Amino acid sequence: MNEVTVFIMGKGYHVPEGLTIMKAMEYAGYRLGRGCGCRGGYCGACATVYRLRGDYRLYADLACQTPVQDGMYIAQIPFTPAERPPYQLADLQPRGETLLSLFPELARCVACNTCTKACPQKLEVMDAVQAALRGDIPQVAELTFDCVSCGLCTMRCPAEISHHHVWQLARRLNGAYLTPRALHVQKRVQEVAAGVFKADLDALLSLGKDALVAAYKAREIES
Amino acid sequence: MKKLAYFPGCAMKDQARPDEAGTLHALAALGYEVAEIPRWNCCGTVHSLAKDDLMRHVGPVRNLIRVQGMGEKRVLTLCAMCYGTLKRSAQFVREEERLARINAFLDTEEDFRGGIEVVHLLTLLRDEVGYEKLASRVKRTLNGLKVATYYGCVLLRPREFAVDDPDRPEVMERVVEALGGAPVPFPERMECCGAYLTVGRSDIVTDRVGRILRSARGSGADLVVTTCPLCQFNLAERRPPVAPTLPVLYLGQVLGWAFGADEPANLFPLGGAR
Repeated sequence: MNEVTVFIMGKGYHVPEGLTIMKAMEYAGYRLGRGCGCRGGYCGACATVYRLRGDYRLYADLACQTPVQDGMYIAQIPFTPAERPPYQLADLQPRGETLLSLFPELARCVACNTCTKACPQKLEVMDAVQAALRGDIPQVAELTFDCVSCGLCTMRCPAEISHHHVWQLARRLNGAYLTPRALHVQKRVQEVAAGVFKADLDALLSLGKDALVAAYKAREIES
Repeated sequence: MKKLAYFPGCAMKDQARPDEAGTLHALAALGYEVAEIPRWNCCGTVHSLAKDDLMRHVGPVRNLIRVQGMGEKRVLTLCAMCYGTLKRSAQFVREEERLARINAFLDTEEDFRGGIEVVHLLTLLRDEVGYEKLASRVKRTLNGLKVATYYGCVLLRPREFAVDDPDRPEVMERVVEALGGAPVPFPERMECCGAYLTVGRSDIVTDRVGRILRSARGSGADLVVTTCPLCQFNLAERRPPVAPTLPVLYLGQVLGWAFGADEPANLFPLGGAR
């Protein structure tokens, strides 16, 4: 088994090559209460920063998605303090002013792009800040769709913007006011409420187990 | 058609849309193929007064790198603020050491090589199109409408970045003239509107705007034009209740109208001008 040396919060450990940062920490004896969630790259709980020997860059990634490398200096950022002012979506207008009045620090962006470099999801974070500044809410929503709210951009931002809260508000405004209504869903909900499917459902419920299994196997499947 | 890289700036995509629409219509009629630069960011709006302001040039220079990436040598802005910050940064990085520091910081972009010229709509109309050609291409004349030309501060200050003589500017008057209007150079045309005090001390802005509008009306103007989105907002939205009911339009709106753009309802009093 090949081993690599990593430094977890300054202390060196020999760990097997090929582990993720998260597995390596557990291998080294850490029990992760915070800084660990879905282990699948979706929840954003395991934000981690690291440096590599001989490289000035500070890298940022998710511990559950990133393999260890020899000479890695690792620290987790289990939580990023970030201000989110209270708001009622129903009282808001889907305009740039809304974002700027709730998050005035947006205007402090100097376009340094540090946020983009910090994003483990490889989002164009700075472009999203810029879209927010010019009130292009659909663009913000589009650019940040894959944000996992890990907070790494927020931790690195010299303008102290609370990015993920801005993105969440932009997506809410976009969803509530700017995207077309899903009329087919409304129609289907009305049909369900009106009992259109009741007979079919009752028929299914009255089947015995074997008949139900047979019906399941014989069901139509979209290819 | 002559290709022209264009930096809109945030206001042109938000409250100043009518300015952009009118200007782009006129520029197309004047033979320009305007190409918006890709992935542009905010110009920074207000230049830093700090001595050590290198960080504040990162955003503008990033935009200049985009222009360079298009293979263009110059970039057009319509907004007085964007013009100021981009022009300053283009100047700032003429010193090699500064350019090297900015390029070292911008390690995810191609190196900026300098040499991008920043032009404002007004300087383009004056220096390249020319007033005569402008006048000869106009489709609808302002027909003697009295237009107060409001410069505000940023277009003319500081001197080294001014679009015209900072004490006796005339470029906006000449453009209005070319469109068939009668420019009204009024005493307060270079006074500051109060700018960003509009956020925290709008009372000061209201006081200044009142003076500016009374001065324009006193000089006989039917209309005020400006090229700065912040001036336009302050003059239109922060006026005192007793101020003259002078309309305040972007120069671009008037240009667009003169070149036959569709006439939005808010272009009073131009409707009666032809």
